[in-house]
Amino acid sequence: MSEANTFLLDDIEIPFTPGQSVMQAALSAGVFIPHLCYHPEFRPHGSCKLCTVKINGRPATSCTTPAAAGLEVESNTPEILDKRRTLVQMLLVEGNHFCPSCEKSGHCKLQALGYELGVMTPRFNLLYPTRPVDASHPDVMLDFNRCILCELCIRASTEVDQKFVFALSGRGIKKHLVVNAESGRLADTNFAPTDKAAQVCPVGVILPKRKGFAVPIGERRFDVAPISAHVDEFKPVAAAQGERT
Amino acid sequence: MSTAAVAAPPRKLRVATTSLAGCFGCHMSFLDIDERLLDLLEFVEFDRSPITDIKHCGPCDIGIIEGGVCNAENVHVLREFRANCKILIAMGACSVNGGLPAQRNNLDLRDILVAVYVTETGLARGTQIPNDPELPLPLNQVHPIHEIVTVDYFLPGCPPSGDAIWKFLTDLLAGHTPHLGHGLIHYD
Repeated sequence: MSEANTFLLDDIEIPFTPGQSVMQAALSAGVFIPHLCYHPEFRPHGSCKLCTVKINGRPATSCTTPAAAGLEVESNTPEILDKRRTLVQMLLVEGNHFCPSCEKSGHCKLQALGYELGVMTPRFNLLYPTRPVDASHPDVMLDFNRCILCELCIRASTEVDQKFVFALSGRGIKKHLVVNAESGRLADTNFAPTDKAAQVCPVGVILPKRKGFAVPIGERRFDVAPISAHVDEFKPVAAAQGERT
Repeated sequence: MSTAAVAAPPRKLRVATTSLAGCFGCHMSFLDIDERLLDLLEFVEFDRSPITDIKHCGPCDIGIIEGGVCNAENVHVLREFRANCKILIAMGACSVNGGLPAQRNNLDLRDILVAVYVTETGLARGTQIPNDPELPLPLNQVHPIHEIVTVDYFLPGCPPSGDAIWKFLTDLLAGHTPHLGHGLIHYD
């Protein structure tokens, strides 16, 4: 029956192993689906909606939908690409994403997806939210201006580090990342730069100090090759297989 | 096709450029197309631009705006460009999303002026916040130009490289939607 374990993604036959999501199967087959809150080492979250595809004609997040034999999945279509561009634009106007001064520029997945999707303008009116920076920790700084609420740092701190350093607070447009300390300062937690939570931020919120420009601008990950060419880095790892919320 | 139709040289496209709340870095990058500027001049002629020093924008085919909108004069110039240009292009991070000048958007304008002209150390005696009627009034926040007028095309980058500007303009002159692709599209 193993030959029956395939589905169609933009008319390409994608094999899967039972328990994989559509996203995991696609990435395993070397087909990139844009995503921000998905990380191969963590259970899928389904919140950023960038990985939305049409499955048998209905929109669904590919990171949370189980792969099944015979599915017809549309991903790289003008309609879906247009919706993904709109999602990126909404994220760009909700935060303060000033790439020219950001240490993460060239390593940032939000920026790389903007390039990949051809986002030339934020399109909407910019909100310019007021969000303070937390530079209290000796080794890591937090720039909340760039947070896209993917919760990867929360998941890493909770599931891997067992430290519960980060959380979300507020509702709707006022939802924001907070540090779980009475003072609200990272320095007053047991956060360490070696924590998993320090490694997973897809944008430029959690930044190691004194390493910002170790790799020069122009020679960085997504400067060298577009994010879709990095598909091998996003392939599922064994631990996360079959674990879906 | 008749030979007469082939012989008629095409009219040159008229292009205007200006910098609003920008640093002229995008214009410097525009000059980075180097000798290709001569190729470009086969197809375009310049109206208002730092290159010509013409002070007001007349009827044009293409208007290129560097910089966002930080004061009343910027709004006036931008509207003049929009009224005169068939195609309006936002060039560079500042015109696309406010850029560096917009980093003041979370600060109170009066606090900034007081900090710079009143409480800053080392000011000359009697220094006060400039209040000459000739000076355009600053806006409370800096805005990207698409929040003021309709913009037809956007070219991000701080600045966009000379190669990106060349690709963008040659695509446009060839009559199709500019497409930059990897390596040319940059936000930094």
